[in-house]
Formats: sequence, C-alpha cells, structure tokens
Amino acid sequence: MKISTLNVLNDAKRARRAVALITNTITGEERIETRADAQAGSDLEKAFRFDKSAMLGDEFIAIHNPPLRLVIIGAVLITQSLIPIARACGYDITVIDPRGAFATGARFPDITLLADWPQEVLPDFKLDARTGVIALAHDPKIDDPALEMALRSEAFYIGALGSKKSHAARIERLTKSGFDATDLARIAGPIGLSIGAVGAPEIAISIMAQLTQALRLGRL
Amino acid sequence: MTILEKAESWLGQGRRLALATVVETWGSAPQPVGSQLLVDAEGHFEGAVSGGCVEGEVITQAQDVIVSGGHRLLEFGVADETAWRAGLACGGRIKIYVEALT
Repeated sequence: MKISTLNVLNDAKRARRAVALITNTITGEERIETRADAQAGSDLEKAFRFDKSAMLGDEFIAIHNPPLRLVIIGAVLITQSLIPIARACGYDITVIDPRGAFATGARFPDITLLADWPQEVLPDFKLDARTGVIALAHDPKIDDPALEMALRSEAFYIGALGSKKSHAARIERLTKSGFDATDLARIAGPIGLSIGAVGAPEIAISIMAQLTQALRLGRL
Repeated sequence: MTILEKAESWLGQGRRLALATVVETWGSAPQPVGSQLLVDAEGHFEGAVSGGCVEGEVITQAQDVIVSGGHRLLEFGVADETAWRAGLACGGRIKIYVEALT
C-alpha cells in the first residue's frame, strides 16, 4: 500500500466518508472508490451496504465504512459499564444527559459527553444506519425526545431501559405522539437480551449482545 | 485507534512497515476478512490475522517484504502444513495479502 493511499483512507474515516480500497493481489495495483460513486446494485455498492470486504476475481475489495457510533442517553452507572465494551467493539461513543451532576468528565473521561437535552443536540447528529441509540436515563423527559428522533432516523438499533410496565407506558406515550406499532417495534424494550443479567456490568453485556445482534443479523 | 491509524502513527516515528490483510477465508477462521496485522522491521506488531496460529510466519514474511518491497499472497490451512511451518488448528483456511507500506 502506498503511504498516500493510507492517508486517504484515514482522512475518509475521520470525515465519516465511506470508501473502498481495491487491491489487485497479483499485480499489487491499488485504487480508491467512493460509496457515493458506486453504482446502485453493483457488487461494490452491495459490499458497502453489507459492510463486507471480499475477493472479486484477483481483486480484494476492502470496505472502509464510517466507524459505528453509539449515542447513549443518560450518564448513569450502566453507561459507565457499557462504554469500555462498546469501545472494544469499535464504536465511537457520545453520552448525552442534561443533568450536570451526572454528566461530569470525572465520571466519563475519554468520550464525547454533552450536558444538554437530547432534542437540542441530536438534530446536529446525523443518526445514520451506522448508529445505535440507547436510552438509559430512565426519565421520560430525557429519554422520550431522543427515542422520537431515533425513530425518525435510520438508526440500526434503538433500545430503552425500563421494566415491561414502564415500557408499556412509554409505548402509550409515543403512540400519542403519532408513532404506529411498526415504528414502535423498532425499540428494544425492556432493553437487552434476556440473559438474567444482575447489576450494571451484566446489563451492559446484555445490551451489547442485542446491539451486536441488530448489527450483524438485522433483528432484535 | 484502528490499525491504519496506528500505521500512520508508526510512520510518523520513522519506522518501516508492512501490512498483512486477511483477504479470503474458508471454513472456521478466527479473524474475519479484512482483519489486519501491522508489522515493523524489528518484528513489533499490532492487530491479528488469526487466533495467533499463523502470526509468527506472517510476521517473518512481512519483515522480508519490508526489505524486498512489493507484496505476497500467503495461504494457510491444515492441508498446507507441509508447505508452511504454521497451520490452522481450527481446520479453516485463510489467504493473507502481505504488502510493504511505501
């Protein structure tokens, strides 16, 4: 690989631009293609869509999609447990909580932390198909606006903390806001795979497992 | 930090590098297609192309490529144990593209 090619790939990652590096494994020739220029339905476009690098004849198509992102509403204990696992799985993480006492740099070092209301900061966020949204604040005033914005986006995963009872109440509120059953079925609630998790670290594992399932298998 | 960002950082330190990439797998393979191993001339490495089964051989090949330039396509699998010192204990097969960063 040419160093100039390496720089193009790293610049694309930082700018959240999807590109592919195509290398002829016999001759060593390489070129960059962008997702924007990939013809719909072509092998390249499909490779981008399914995030799947592969050999095509003698050429290796290396897909470099933008990094996965995780937006977590609520700077709570489960969030603290979730961050190292999500980071290890390759997610860029943003935590949003308007409660200044929760959203402190001391509790959340090394991540993007926004002490704002979700409805104020999420519009600037492109909630795309490489983004998961998790509501853990356990307060409808904070969680609901974020869930509404997530439901209007292409986010690949939407999860909300709460018991079956509080999830039923949430569904009722969001129905009044105009969402139908199909929309609301996108929300994983109560959040996480059912593994009998006890305490924040185990709940974080159940959430991360469900998020991974949504990413890789496209279902809750 | 991704492997390619690590490569940028190592290049900044004046190190000569090679990159090994899993380009094809058959059967049970521990690291998916696209996984990368970054190697410098001294054999320091970051990342993985298998569960540790073939890394030793890949690192040696990568160090050769740093000196010789160019690229190589390596194939590992249980059937290839006579051809390569390393083999995959899991029974899978993998193809790895090794190239110098130039």
